[in-house]
Amino acid sequence: MELILEGVRKACALIASFDPEVLGITLLSLKISGLATLISLFVGVSGGTAVALIKFPGKKLVISLINTGMGLPPVVVGLFVTVLIWRNGPFGFLEILYTPAAMVIAQAIIATPIVTGISLAAIQQLPENLRLQIMSLGATRLQMVWIMIKEARLPLLAAVMAGFGGVISEVGASIMVGGNIKGYSRVLTTATVMETSRGNFDMAIALGIILLLLAFCVNLLLTRIQQGQIPR
Amino acid sequence: MNTDYLIKLEKFMLRRGKTMVLDVASMGIAAGRMLALIGPNGAGKTSLLLTLAGLLKHQSGALLFRGRPVESGADRMLLRRSTSVVFQESLLLNCSVYDNVALGLQLRGKSGEAVRTGVAQALQYFGISSLSRRPARTLSGGEAKRVSLARAFALKPQLILLDEPFNFLDPPTRETIIQDLQAILDETKITAVMALHDREETLRLAQDVAVLSEGKIIQFGTTAGVFNQPHNEFVAGFVGTESILPGIVRACTAGNLLITVAGESLEAVGDFVPGEKVYCCLRPESVTVAGEVAGKMSARNVFPAKVRKISRHGYFYKLLLDCGFPLISYITQTSIEELQLKEGAAVYASFKATALHIIRRE
Repeated sequence: MELILEGVRKACALIASFDPEVLGITLLSLKISGLATLISLFVGVSGGTAVALIKFPGKKLVISLINTGMGLPPVVVGLFVTVLIWRNGPFGFLEILYTPAAMVIAQAIIATPIVTGISLAAIQQLPENLRLQIMSLGATRLQMVWIMIKEARLPLLAAVMAGFGGVISEVGASIMVGGNIKGYSRVLTTATVMETSRGNFDMAIALGIILLLLAFCVNLLLTRIQQGQIPR
Repeated sequence: MNTDYLIKLEKFMLRRGKTMVLDVASMGIAAGRMLALIGPNGAGKTSLLLTLAGLLKHQSGALLFRGRPVESGADRMLLRRSTSVVFQESLLLNCSVYDNVALGLQLRGKSGEAVRTGVAQALQYFGISSLSRRPARTLSGGEAKRVSLARAFALKPQLILLDEPFNFLDPPTRETIIQDLQAILDETKITAVMALHDREETLRLAQDVAVLSEGKIIQFGTTAGVFNQPHNEFVAGFVGTESILPGIVRACTAGNLLITVAGESLEAVGDFVPGEKVYCCLRPESVTVAGEVAGKMSARNVFPAKVRKISRHGYFYKLLLDCGFPLISYITQTSIEELQLKEGAAVYASFKATALHIIRRE
């Protein structure tokens, strides 16, 4: 118990002192996970919308695959990304292993099925005839898709939260493809793992609290935007 | 090429997978008319509306708008931007009433001033100017329906298509919306096609009626024509001819028919050959009920009858009479009281020879 209290005390001191190393780790976590979420949003929202609106053979199978992907284990993603960008791998020429870029790619792969799955469900839950109603108002196909996405904005914000929550908290893939290099690819989760393994529990607890605070602040912001959209 | 019609279908076929959804030999809608599509669920009413709105692609035949075939994507877009659709559900977007009504005008690239004027006029038409800033999701069913109608009329379409627009509304709201819609259609002279399932609404709103069944148009004509002279038993049943009696023509003299129905002789008018199998169709409002037969009267058909069942239908009662053949009559509360009618009572049922509509039985 004392260990935890000490950890909390140290965490407060670290946060209050704006420790440059902790600040750097926090900002890098935000940058990598934010960018990965943005990429997953672009791919996931368009992919999910397309699957929801287009009729094609094997659609149910594709939806099942997307839903399975929502629970993709980060270590498996980390393994595949590592193999692909390994020096002798098909994308080895990019030379991005153990870089933040590789972490963004891995995290984007983790978040994309989550965003796709939620986007797909969000568009599918809109009234069946809404697409036709929008088209009948004179919309082009592209305008119709955009209006449908805007109409599903409440659950789509949930997709952003789920996607961001999934990647800011994952550690397996980040450590595998990022390497946890101090000042370069060390993020909150990888740093927490390292400090715990070294027995520096106070530092690990401090990093854990910062991670929780970060996730809470981002979700609070998104929730405020989301709830502001609900008519009362 | 016939340009008298605003929109026309010729040898038109629409399939969904292997199922034939619409199979229309020919149907034209003249500008300024109000056409009601009636028929059972799954008859193809909604598919026909969506076709006329340019929202469904057909496999064969022609869809002509202002005499020009609608074939390419551009043709379909032109048709979509010349029509408006009001669906059963109000289908409002999650934004303000103003933004909902403005959407179609904005999609057409109208200027800000044109949008403001168009929206204001449409909201005023349906008496909902005060709702302009309200979020659409907070509206009642009746208000939402008015907004969806205003959204459609704001576009000043050449053709407006309404799919059972009065569903899910309580009777007083339905009544006021029907009155407003009727007034606006009369004023704007916009051609309208509406899928309806209520006979009264059809009689009030439509000048023409198309009866659909299994994707085919069974009868098309003026409302009075279809309601008073149904082509077959199906149409007769659908337009409210409650008594449809199978019979055989026994004699035909100078247009006066004698028809045997369940052993009884009925007098009617028409031109049929003796021996022909027919249906005698009779609307319930044409059947008069009396306690006794007093003196001569013009009704050629008078039968002693037993009251089998009395059921209330809103402001009137429906009587099931047994004259040797079943007969339905509508009667008021006052008549029930004056005639002291109850189930099992003996009465006389009468109707004129001209009230019977005779159709051939296959």
